[in-house]
Amino acid sequence: MLKIIDVKVTVDGNNEKVEILKKINLALENNKIYVITGPNGGGKSSIAKAIMGIIPINGGQIILDDANITDKNITERAQLGIGYAFQTPARFKGLKVKEMLDLAAGNHKIDNCQVLFDVGLCAQDYLDREIDSTFSGGELKRIEIASILARNLKVAIFDEPEAGIDLWSFQRMTETFLKMHRKSDSTVIIISHQERILKFADEVILIEDGNVTKTTSHEEFLKEIAHLDTGCDCRNDCIKGGTYDSKCGR
Amino acid sequence: MILNAVDKKLLEEVADLNDVPQGAYNIRKNGEGISRNTTANIDIVTKQDKQGINVIIKPNTKGESVHIPVILSKEGMNDTVYNTFEVGENSDVVIIAGCGIHNSGSKKSQHDGIHEFFVRKGAHIKYVEKHYGEGNGNGERVLNPKTIIEIEEGGTAELEMIQIKGVDQTKRDTEVILHNNARLIVTERLLTYLEQKAESNITVELVGEDSSAQIISRSVAQDNSKQIFHLNLRGYAKCRGHIQCDSIIMGNAQVSSIPEISAFHSDAQLIHEAAIGKIASDQLTKLMTLGLTEKEAEDTVLKGFLG
Repeated sequence: MLKIIDVKVTVDGNNEKVEILKKINLALENNKIYVITGPNGGGKSSIAKAIMGIIPINGGQIILDDANITDKNITERAQLGIGYAFQTPARFKGLKVKEMLDLAAGNHKIDNCQVLFDVGLCAQDYLDREIDSTFSGGELKRIEIASILARNLKVAIFDEPEAGIDLWSFQRMTETFLKMHRKSDSTVIIISHQERILKFADEVILIEDGNVTKTTSHEEFLKEIAHLDTGCDCRNDCIKGGTYDSKCGR
Repeated sequence: MILNAVDKKLLEEVADLNDVPQGAYNIRKNGEGISRNTTANIDIVTKQDKQGINVIIKPNTKGESVHIPVILSKEGMNDTVYNTFEVGENSDVVIIAGCGIHNSGSKKSQHDGIHEFFVRKGAHIKYVEKHYGEGNGNGERVLNPKTIIEIEEGGTAELEMIQIKGVDQTKRDTEVILHNNARLIVTERLLTYLEQKAESNITVELVGEDSSAQIISRSVAQDNSKQIFHLNLRGYAKCRGHIQCDSIIMGNAQVSSIPEISAFHSDAQLIHEAAIGKIASDQLTKLMTLGLTEKEAEDTVLKGFLG
C-alpha cells in the first residue's frame, strides 16, 4: 500500500513560486492497476517523480507499507521496491542492455530473454547492444520498460509507456502489463492517455492543474470522455448509449 | 628468467599475462631484454645500432600473437627503445605491447618507446597497448609512446590504446599513413586523476584511394588532471575518415580537444565529432532508481564509457 498524504510540490517560476502539485492525496493498494491521466502540464509526471524521490516535495508525506519514506532518497526508495520507467529514458555510451538488466534485477535472478520478449524485442539482437544513440526512440522505451519488469517491485510506475511504441507492439505491451499484474502483488501505476490502457485500470485518477480532480472506474471515465468529446449533454442516457462513434440525429 | 611478484603484477596489468606467454614474445625489464621466444613464422632480432628489436612476421602467418611487454620496477630508470615490426603480406596477427611501471622511490621512472609498423599488402594487425603505473613513492611515472604505422594496399590495422591507471605524465604520438583500400581503426581509452597530465596526438594521412580511418577516443579527466587531444585527419584521395572524441570532465580537471580535418581531394569525406561534458544527470538518476548509490552510478557510467 502506497499512501500519498497532502503532497505539495513547488518550483521557482519566473517571478514567483509555482505550485505544480497542490495537495495530492492518494491511497494506492497492492495488486491493483492505477492509470493516471489528465491534460499536459497537469502534474502527472510530477506525482510519479515525487513518489520515486526524483523531485523534492514541499509538504506532505509518502508512506509505503506503514513506513514513512518522505525523507528517503532515490536509492533508498529503489531499494525499498519502488521503480519508475522514465518518459524519456537516458542513453548510455558503453552500457549494454544485458548490463542494464542485470543492474535492474540485482540479487533477484531473472531470465533476460523472457524480459526482452515481453517488450517485443529479440534477446539475441539486443543483449549485447549498447544503449546509445544507435537505439531508436521506440527501442529505448522498450528497454526502459524491460528494466522495470526485471525488478521485483512493490510499486511500479510507467510514465507514458505507449509513447513511441508502434500499434502492433502495443497489444503485446498491454498483455505484458496484465501479466505483470497477475504474477505479482505490485501496485502498478501507469501514466497514460491511451484508451486501451485506461481500459484495464482498476481505477482511473484524473490529475488537472496540480490536483486530483477525480478517481473513478474506467467504465465511468470512458463514458465521460465520450460525453466531453461530443459536447452532447444527453449522450449518457440516449438510446445509442455514448459509444465512441455513434451519431446523434437530434 | 626471474619474475618476482611485482613483475608478475605488472605483466598481468599490461598484457593480461599470468606467466610466460604463448607464442612469440620479448619481455623487457629495467632497460634490458630478459626473455624471448620466437616461432617458425615470427622472428625477433635485437637491433645493432640502438636499443630495441625487429619483429619479423613472415607473409601469410595467421592466428599467431606477439607479446612485447616492458616493465620498469626500479626507480630513476630512463628507458628508451625503438622497435620495428615487419608484418608480412596477408598475415593476420595480434601484437600486445604495453608498459607497466612500479615506482616506489622518489626519482622519476620513464619509458619512451617508438613502435614502427610496416603492414604489408593485405595484412591485418591488431595492436593492443596498455599503460599502467603503480607504487607508493612520489617519483613520477612517465610514459611517452610514439607509434608510426604505414599500411599498404588492402591492409588493416586495429589499434587499442589504453591508459587507465597510475601514469603521471604521458605524451602519446601516433602517425599513420594509409595506402589504397587500407583501413585503420583506433580505439583510445584514457583516464587521468590527481595531478596527472596526458597529451594524445594522432595524425592520419589518407593517401590511397578508398582508404578509411575511424578513431574513437574516450576519456575521463578527474581531480586536477589535464588532457589535451590533437586529432588530425588529412585526406589526399577518395577516402573516408571519422573521428569521435568524447570526454567526461569531473572535479577541477581540464580537457582540450582540438580537431583538425583537412581535405586535399574533392572526394575526401572527413568528419570530426568532439564533445566534453559532465556525466549526464539523467544517466545517474536512472541508475539510482535501480537502487545504486550516486557513487556506484557514477562508477557504472565511467566503467561503461571506458569499457
